Amino acid sequence: MQFDSFSDFLAMGGYGFYVWLSYGVTALLLIILVMASKSQNKAVIAHIRARQKRENKLRQAAAQQKQQQVKTKNDSNEVLS
Amino acid sequence: MWKWLHPYANPEVTYHFTGKLMPWFSALAAIFLSIGLVWALAFAPADYQQGESFRIFYLHVPAAMFSMSIYFAMAVAAFCSLVWQFKLSDAAASAMAPVGATFTAIALITGAAWGKPMWGTWWIWDARLTSELILLFLYLGVMALHNAFEDKNLAGKAAGILTLVGVINLPIIKYSVEWWNTLHQGATVSKLGKPSMTADMFWPFLMSFLGFAFLISIIICIRFRTEILSRNSMRPWVKTLLLPSTDSTSPSAVGEK
Repeated sequence: MQFDSFSDFLAMGGYGFYVWLSYGVTALLLIILVMASKSQNKAVIAHIRARQKRENKLRQAAAQQKQQQVKTKNDSNEVLS
Repeated sequence: MWKWLHPYANPEVTYHFTGKLMPWFSALAAIFLSIGLVWALAFAPADYQQGESFRIFYLHVPAAMFSMSIYFAMAVAAFCSLVWQFKLSDAAASAMAPVGATFTAIALITGAAWGKPMWGTWWIWDARLTSELILLFLYLGVMALHNAFEDKNLAGKAAGILTLVGVINLPIIKYSVEWWNTLHQGATVSKLGKPSMTADMFWPFLMSFLGFAFLISIIICIRFRTEILSRNSMRPWVKTLLLPSTDSTSPSAVGEK
């Protein structure tokens, strides 16, 4: 240990401001970078999922419509015969 | 070697491979960064000339070294993408740019905070500082180009050309302290032959250097995987990977698969 007390450690032999400024800015920038990268990852995943949901819904609706069309067609065929 | 590398041109294989690497990188980064920075701040000796301000060295030098090596890695990826049209290397280059920009900014800011007590000024327009500032602008330009086009292939081409032109700046930064008169001191660590550092300063430096290396690897992995997903969002493997039935689990659970 290079320092006798905690206040000595904070003072950094008179260079406290510059040393802690460096370590603080570095930590801040790295934390921002990590958080931004993670949130971008989540946003892309959420975006792809939302689009998939929409596509599935559209596909389901189209299938239902088709089924109904076939049904009404069959019904009218029965009536005719 | 090509046979061994070939599967990693497949985005799905690479996505899962990087996913497996990430926990290891996280553990190693946590270990090396905590050992290195505590050692640097509290246990390493003060410099006989610069006193305790020398503790900025353990951030400034790794950050400056990585600002250049990330640029070099980005240039290699851009070159592969321009010459062989590997789609994944485009994704890698665009994942690396913001990480490199952050480390360039850290190198500049810690340098200023070290320059003020040692040289008496935050900033001076000398060769080393100016060329490092140009490196930051190159990174910002590459990032802007990656985001400027809707078509990712076009964006990759434009950003790749700027990246390759900017490589000329790397030797200028590296040798600026030898070519021009400057306030900036010469190389401390990378001097071959006779090391100009004592062991009790070199070890904390090496630890924090490795810690930063692994931290950079994690961040690039996260960004690279995001790029892979967004560029392959219409592929069946992405669709099955992000199946809506897993909606109840948090999105982060996808990363561990």
